[in-house]
Amino acid sequence: MIALVSALGAVAVVTGLLVFTADSMARATFLLLGSFVAVAVVLIGFGLGYLGTVVILMMTIEMMIMVVFMVMLMMNPAGLMPMTMVHNRRGSWAIALVVFGLLTAGVWLVPFPVRAGAATGGVTSGPAAGPDATVALGDALMGGQMLTMMTLGLALLATIVGTVAVAVSRREGRAERRGIS
Amino acid sequence: MTELVLRIALTAPAALVATGLYGALSQQSVVMIMMGLELVVNGLILGAGAFWWAGGAPVVASVLIVVLVTVMAVEMAMGFAVALAIYRARQVDLTDDAEELAG
Repeated sequence: MIALVSALGAVAVVTGLLVFTADSMARATFLLLGSFVAVAVVLIGFGLGYLGTVVILMMTIEMMIMVVFMVMLMMNPAGLMPMTMVHNRRGSWAIALVVFGLLTAGVWLVPFPVRAGAATGGVTSGPAAGPDATVALGDALMGGQMLTMMTLGLALLATIVGTVAVAVSRREGRAERRGIS
Repeated sequence: MTELVLRIALTAPAALVATGLYGALSQQSVVMIMMGLELVVNGLILGAGAFWWAGGAPVVASVLIVVLVTVMAVEMAMGFAVALAIYRARQVDLTDDAEELAG
């Protein structure tokens, strides 16, 4: 488990870093997809097979859409000439490194409570025996976590309405179609 | 053993969050900024999964992953809508050209 988490965690971080150094925007998008897939495979290794698969499927589609947007909006989608489009690089690196240092210090210094099973040596790794993770998640979403599910549904509905409202240009609205300018 | 895996599995999210933060702060292109934000959420998903694994499979952790995946979808949809809207309005795809609201 240590080898899996370390290797795929390193893959996720390295591909994440390469996203911002790749010349080609399309390549950057696929590197981001690599980072997502590495994280999803770790989730599957942890025993969250359903959620890991959902992340892989969703991110693959999402990155395909992102490539289309990249080609539409970016001046250098193919990376034929090396270029960087950054501002305040030094300040950004400083902030990012400080955040990484603080988070890592917290991760390695905080004493995590050890589970009862792990403390007695009975369980060294893995989730406790119980109902299947997917069944438990479905039960929670349709039971105790119903409010979360409803909030997510409302947020998604608001997103649908919001994206359409923002994407429809006002100048091309009803007035123009009627010939009133 | 569990604790060591948890610490390793939480160090990767720390690095992912820092990387995404660097990207979101330093990139000029709107789409690249969104990629940085997605990396941050990616790290959070890994962290939630690590806590789920090490903490005896609490269902709240997997619900948190569902929330984070939804956050990613919403961020992506709204981000592209805003990027398209500002591009159609004035052919801008760099943040430095869209600073009318900067304080």
